[in-house]
Amino acid sequence: MNLNQEDVLAILALLDGSDFDELRIETADYKLHLRRSSASPLPDTPPALIAGSPAPPDSAPAPAQTVDDRELFDIKAPMLGTFYASPQPGAPPFVNVGAVVDEDTVVGIIEVMKLMNAVCAGTGGVVVEVVAQDGQLVEYGQVLVRLGRSTS
Amino acid sequence: MLVANRGEIAMRVIRAARELGIQTVLAASEADLDTLPARYADRTVCIGPAPAGDSYLRVQTIIAAAVGSGADAIHPGYGFLSESALLAAACEAASIAFIGPTAEQVRVVGDKLRARAIAEAAGVPTTPGGAVESLEQARRLAAEVGYPVLLKAVGGGGGRGMKRVGQPAELAEMLTLAASEARAAFSDPRVYLERFVACGRHIEVQVLGDGESVVHLGERDCSIQRRYQKVVEEACAVALPFAARKALRAAAVRFAESLRYRGAGTVEFLYDAARGDFSFLEMNARIQVEHPVTEAVTGVDLVRAQIAVAEGLPLGFDQASVSFDGHAIECRINAEDPARDFLPNTGTIATAVFPSGPGIRVDTYVESGTRISPFYDSLVAKIIAHAPTRQQCLVRMRHALKGCFIDGVVTNLALHAAIFEDPEFEAGAVTTGYLQRFVSARHGLVPREDVPSLR
Repeated sequence: MNLNQEDVLAILALLDGSDFDELRIETADYKLHLRRSSASPLPDTPPALIAGSPAPPDSAPAPAQTVDDRELFDIKAPMLGTFYASPQPGAPPFVNVGAVVDEDTVVGIIEVMKLMNAVCAGTGGVVVEVVAQDGQLVEYGQVLVRLGRSTS
Repeated sequence: MLVANRGEIAMRVIRAARELGIQTVLAASEADLDTLPARYADRTVCIGPAPAGDSYLRVQTIIAAAVGSGADAIHPGYGFLSESALLAAACEAASIAFIGPTAEQVRVVGDKLRARAIAEAAGVPTTPGGAVESLEQARRLAAEVGYPVLLKAVGGGGGRGMKRVGQPAELAEMLTLAASEARAAFSDPRVYLERFVACGRHIEVQVLGDGESVVHLGERDCSIQRRYQKVVEEACAVALPFAARKALRAAAVRFAESLRYRGAGTVEFLYDAARGDFSFLEMNARIQVEHPVTEAVTGVDLVRAQIAVAEGLPLGFDQASVSFDGHAIECRINAEDPARDFLPNTGTIATAVFPSGPGIRVDTYVESGTRISPFYDSLVAKIIAHAPTRQQCLVRMRHALKGCFIDGVVTNLALHAAIFEDPEFEAGAVTTGYLQRFVSARHGLVPREDVPSLR
């Protein structure tokens, strides 16, 4: 069985509505580790947060991360349109501050005349700031999300 | 109002909007973010990278920019999407006012064969010719109208996609070429055929309609052109007999009336000076580059009028209240090098000084430091002179050209200066073949050092 993005988002919504702060699922095919950002990290838990993107199979738990603020990378809007931070109204955002992303991680959607265009991070890193506001017009080249390089 | 254009026409449209108390949003490509119109508009949104196909020509992006910025009207200027039925229709669907004709009107006049049929139905003479359906039928038609003939793209316009066929042996090859060019440029391989008129004058009539009534604002003589690109335009066409001008104006109004035309438009004709008759070429359903000469002689602000009728207001004046005052001439100053076959020239304008004074108007987006980008057309500025008579207007323009100084890119200023010294032009009876002859006769006429300067 494989998890797709929608499954992960559904699980995230369940977690959000529950009393739990953390969820780990391990099967032969994948490991999924979700944690609410308000929870304080457990000493034995890697602080990596995977949201909006299925964990790659066989991925080892991410090592502890610290963000190097000196090396920031801007994810810019590839087109003009309306920016959406989450897959649908009310759903949790694709990424929050602290999220670890790789180049294929979807960080938002830009709608141009009912056409939803997924915006991928394009590079790996840790989300430092989500600059664009949900539901607002973004221009071509406008900064959407700011990433920091993680250093372990 | 979203202004979906750039350069001098963006400035022109923003000015008109400001005077009407309308806030403007400029849709600009990345290359145009640091230009005069971008600073002049209330807000500028970046719609994409420099190539027009990725920015100015994207219908969906333009609509998204209008919706997202809260604009409830779009002015398309000229060129780009100004005659896009898709944009006009998308505006209608999104309840945004398209400042131009209805989508259906844009579609009809954009199909040159349909426009021909409408002209015929309205009793407007057309050049002998018609649709091309097969090589055999084209051969018969060409023989009937007589060589040379001109092959034109049904979806084309503005002089693009035309092929001249001198004799029957060339027809097959030219037909293939014209069809593939038409497909590439206009996504429509259909072509039609007309008799080629070698020595015509290009006369066009400005019309203005509100969907109910149509008035004309006189005609312009645009015979000074090269490869179908106009260089000098005049209003009115005083070299024509007045009876001919009256007939042209009436024909243009009949054509626009039969469409119940809304907005500003131009009906173009080819006038055969030798035979004294004229024929319909096409209608341009947009504001044109040369609109200021008509504004000068009629006192009508065409962009304001466009905005008013797009809002659903009536014209507010009738034909009887249109009067003509004096003569006006426009020179298009382009960043191109007449000595190098009019090769467009790009770079940064180090210094730009434009003429001023009584009867002089300059429409431009250029200032010292402006970069002339390779992505768009080479129009730098339009100098418009207005005076009581054509003779006085020529004198005024001569001096205006001497007062214009552009350094950093090569322009056609010196060519304009030479044209205005030419007795043949001064006599006012030139045809569309004039400029090419004039340039060839003075080959190498404009080395860069000879560009007129203030020094």
